[in-house]
Amino acid sequence: MAVAAGGVLGALARYGLSTLWPSVWTVWAINVTGCFLIGVLTVLITRRRPESRLIRPFWTTGVLGGYTTFSTASVDVVRAAPATALALLGATIVSALIAVWLGTALAERMVAR
Amino acid sequence: MTVLFVALGAAVGAALRYLTGRWVKSDSFPWPTLTVNLAGSLLLGFLVGLPVAPWLAALLGTGFCGALTTYSTFSLETLQLARGGRRLRAAAYVIISLLAGLGAAYLGILIADHR
Repeated sequence: MAVAAGGVLGALARYGLSTLWPSVWTVWAINVTGCFLIGVLTVLITRRRPESRLIRPFWTTGVLGGYTTFSTASVDVVRAAPATALALLGATIVSALIAVWLGTALAERMVAR
Repeated sequence: MTVLFVALGAAVGAALRYLTGRWVKSDSFPWPTLTVNLAGSLLLGFLVGLPVAPWLAALLGTGFCGALTTYSTFSLETLQLARGGRRLRAAAYVIISLLAGLGAAYLGILIADHR
């Protein structure tokens, strides 16, 4: 239930943003911000609320899982012009990995204080 | 109205992703995430290839496929593999996910074209 409820909220946020700015780069921005947030939240939840059984399924599996999307990222690349496709594919994976690493590192510094 | 279709599809998609995590074994490799990401890419490719009515696109595409698949968990798992000293496995996970994801999306479009 927590996962489904969170998934709905995340998906609606994604739907709202892509309706406001319909572009493959909006999907890119959604995925990158979602990766940053999952890094931050995973560290904070694991360190501060390890005993909670609902917070993690709701926020990371639910909200962020529903917010970010792998399927649209794949389909966008397949449908893009060859030059854009390669840029989109590369930009998405590189910035997603940097974002999750950055989110994790920042949260670890916050927790360590 | 479209919002309701997105919400309904997302509730089912997110729940199915969670259940896949419980059904599929992931001792040393993130198979559950790979499974949902590939299945969602295939289905979304098929949907955009048809294409379908706006309400069905909202329900199955934006809602269901969007919530079934995840880029955030995929990135987090890659980072965790790399930090756990399994760099080769992390690299394999990224390459397999991206290439097979593109292949699945392409295959979905192809199936829709030849239906």
